[in-house]
Amino acid sequence: MKHMFARAGQFAAAAFGAALLLSTAAQAQIGPAPGPTVDAIKKRGALNCGIDTGVPGFAAQDNSGTWKGLDIDYCRAIAAAVLGDASKVKFVPTTAAARFTVLQAGEIDVLIRDSTLTFSRSAQLGLDEVAVNFYAGQGFLVRKSIGVTKAADLQGATICVITGATLELNIADFARSTGAKIGTLLFEKPDEAVAAMEAGRCDGYTDDTGSLAGMRSTLKKPDDWFVMPELISKEPLGLHARSGDPRWQKILFWLDTALKSGEEFGVTKANADSMKTNKDPFILRLVGAEGDFGKLLGLDNEWALRAIKAVGNYGELYETHFGPNALNLPRGLNNLYNKGGLHYTLPLR
Amino acid sequence: MGLLRALFGTKLNALITVLMLAGFALVLPPLFGWAFGSAVWHGPNRKACVDAGACWAFINARMPLFFFGNYPAEERWRVGCALLVLVVPLLGAMASRRAGLWLAILGIGVPVIDAILLYGGVFGLPVVATARWGGLMLNTTLCFVALGGSIPLGIVLAFGRRSPYPVVRLVSTAMIEFWRGVPLLTVLFMGLILLPMVLPDGVTVDNLVRALVVLTLFTGAYMAETIRGGLQGIQPGQAEAAAALGMHPMQVQLLVLLPQALRMSIPGIVNIAVDLFKDTTLVSIVGLFDLMGVVNQSLKDTDWLGLATEGYTFAATVFFVACLLMSLGGSFLERRFGTTPHR
Repeated sequence: MKHMFARAGQFAAAAFGAALLLSTAAQAQIGPAPGPTVDAIKKRGALNCGIDTGVPGFAAQDNSGTWKGLDIDYCRAIAAAVLGDASKVKFVPTTAAARFTVLQAGEIDVLIRDSTLTFSRSAQLGLDEVAVNFYAGQGFLVRKSIGVTKAADLQGATICVITGATLELNIADFARSTGAKIGTLLFEKPDEAVAAMEAGRCDGYTDDTGSLAGMRSTLKKPDDWFVMPELISKEPLGLHARSGDPRWQKILFWLDTALKSGEEFGVTKANADSMKTNKDPFILRLVGAEGDFGKLLGLDNEWALRAIKAVGNYGELYETHFGPNALNLPRGLNNLYNKGGLHYTLPLR
Repeated sequence: MGLLRALFGTKLNALITVLMLAGFALVLPPLFGWAFGSAVWHGPNRKACVDAGACWAFINARMPLFFFGNYPAEERWRVGCALLVLVVPLLGAMASRRAGLWLAILGIGVPVIDAILLYGGVFGLPVVATARWGGLMLNTTLCFVALGGSIPLGIVLAFGRRSPYPVVRLVSTAMIEFWRGVPLLTVLFMGLILLPMVLPDGVTVDNLVRALVVLTLFTGAYMAETIRGGLQGIQPGQAEAAAALGMHPMQVQLLVLLPQALRMSIPGIVNIAVDLFKDTTLVSIVGLFDLMGVVNQSLKDTDWLGLATEGYTFAATVFFVACLLMSLGGSFLERRFGTTPHR
């Protein structure tokens, strides 16, 4: 009896080993497992997406309490690609102080919260900025009547500034490097600064470009003011992920590329399905009609198609949240590389 | 006549009155013009509003968000029921003759019923995750839970600090001094940032629970000192007389000293309650959307940019009314139970 069981056991073990070999061989063909973060997301059935508590254009709630914004749509696109359903996102609003801690602690899978990657964040915090979804920078909103076109001409002008952030520091650095004398008037809240500007106490206001556009739209006479194209600091905002799960980072990186490639090749929310019969191989790979690109990421081949169908391509997202009907911010650096911007899409091949 | 004499009795008084009236005449008409005269009450977005008047359309459009946060629209009746379940025993305990019965319901029944109503998960009520709670409903929840938790905690700590046993005394004192000695904001931040670092990966504590624990402990420390003040105000003869009647020391404390101490502490407790209610707005800084958080966040919607004045005016009004109700409740309690002579 005992022998029989032992032999049966050996047989089972051998069969199991063979099956294991076969399955790994099969897996090597279709691609690797997607990694622990995706496993956790699938098990949970929802993506935990860290977002801002409220910033115009990136993340804000509409009257019905639904989140909207560029960062929000990125979260939805990721959920559509990984889980197949853009609504399976748990939005976790994070404050500036806590955002990186909650990411490190694993309370969120990805942080898309208009956060800049700097050297110290990369080297000290164990986080990686996987992709840049918005190139911002500190700019100026100035009164047209002072007749200034570039920042170096602001000699003698007075600028309203919000205290506490790096804004003051950047202006001081800029003034030092160009030798211009720029006066500053400090305020605690943007609304106070707006009131001071409209009362003529200062000639302009400085903040991140996205915020400047939002602020301009609230002025009594927006046409009297303009946002200077020139920037005095670099703020690449994008998707942050924990170090340690390279497969998850690859998914995030290529998802961002897919949204931007969608714009480049004209794949939109509306026409995405019909693109499956297109002739361009890049489009076919993007919508999953050719090659095994999704499977190589550990997903299925229609991952990017679903993301674009759910939220639209990058150009559509920009149009919705920053276009003329929204914040009216010119695309500038946020255009594609072939239209004078910085969004360079790596080839899907 | 008395009023006239008070206002214009002397030259100085007359001068002050005239100056004040001139000040009102200068400030009030434009304020009323802004708030009512040229205000816009309805509209889909900011474009419907005019520069000269208040944009109450913004408040109107977001009213449900201000009161309920992201609590699902079809479940909001549960919040109303929960409020009713809370208010009825509260009024009962304040006004009825059988205050003890109502207090027992308030202490045991209400938390359970309200937790079930708000969170759900049993009796066919769908679960509403605490992340979706928000607005004034969140302020009220935070305030009542922290208050309900801190009064018993405060009583224990107050007795502990007067205890003849050094260990109990030391622990109680340390507890009180620690929580009184750190700013509330610091502790909230610590709960938010330090806790995830200490806990193992993947284990998370609900954000709301963190805030509740911190608020309860913090308020408990203040409560303890207020109640201790009441205990010290009782003449030693009371305890001696009770002991002479043959009462057990425990009975002396709980049946003779505590009821009198609580009566004397009513103004202090109401003060703490009002303070606590306003302090609940601090949780917006740690990522919970209380009324203040929802207002701040609504100002960032591209449809309604630049309406800070309207938003903050609304929040201030709501808080003023709520705090006024608490103060009125407090003075009613004082008149009913208080030891201060009636005026």
